[in-house]
Amino acid sequence: MKSLEELKAIRIRMQGQVGLRSEDSTQTRVVVGMATCGIASGARPVLTTLSDAVQSKQLKDVVVTQTGCIGLCQYEPIVEVFEPGKEKITYVHMNPEKALDVVNKHLIGGHPVTAYMLQSSEA
Amino acid sequence: MTEISLNILDIAENSTAAGAGLIEILVEIDETENYLRTMIRDNGCGMSEDQLSHVTDPFYTTRTTRKVGLGIPFFKEAAELAGGSFRIESERGKGTTVEAVFEYTNIDRMPLGDISGTIRTLIEGHPDRDFLYTYTHNGCTYTMDTRQMREILGDVPLCEPEVLQYISEYLNENKQETDAAAEKEVLK
Repeated sequence: MKSLEELKAIRIRMQGQVGLRSEDSTQTRVVVGMATCGIASGARPVLTTLSDAVQSKQLKDVVVTQTGCIGLCQYEPIVEVFEPGKEKITYVHMNPEKALDVVNKHLIGGHPVTAYMLQSSEA
Repeated sequence: MTEISLNILDIAENSTAAGAGLIEILVEIDETENYLRTMIRDNGCGMSEDQLSHVTDPFYTTRTTRKVGLGIPFFKEAAELAGGSFRIESERGKGTTVEAVFEYTNIDRMPLGDISGTIRTLIEGHPDRDFLYTYTHNGCTYTMDTRQMREILGDVPLCEPEVLQYISEYLNENKQETDAAAEKEVLK
């Protein structure tokens, strides 16, 4: 059985480091819809993929969070990206592969992935 | 919904929306007695008798954005279609308990799915709430209590990536070991 001892080691390692994340004003928020509609269409693996990638690629200025029903159930799983000073980008019909693409091309590369974006004419 | 664990995620999200500080999640598999039981119990705001009487109706919701509320009806249907039962109890100011029982070997029982992923997702999304998770398989059991983890972590929050990684591993490894021990129980 994995024990709680390891957690003590994490605490010792992390102490003093907490709070080093950037302030809200420079932070990019990645929001995943996690209501019944999102969950049923596959939001959980999308969320896990995003947060694992943000951690493994050490993206300190990015936070991944959850929200309820965005109101576009037919487009779920939906991922919204809020970058400071920029217009919100809404990605629709997401899956783990597309999520990784968004991390690499948009969050790291700075270029939103047009192919996965909600087109204004559709909404 | 394709997994029981996705239903659990959905119902527990309701608990967080109800302002619960502590959410207990229980998964119990008993192959000898042929059942899989899940329970989600919270200390949130609860429901009025009127709300409770409508809650399994898919055309009832407290939301104002649309006219359907499918989470609870989906879960009830899934349990009843798999030879099981569904129960929901709630009291204003006290909290809500949802219990779904499935016949374990029923052909229509959906798989449990990634239950460890569900628990991790809940903690990640709601690091300000506490979760008490118990997984039992043929009498072999393990638990995860965020209150206990918080005590050890001090001012290091649960949503720190390194902590979440640990939580994922804790959930997955202990489930694997519990399932392995449970297989031996069945062979006895």
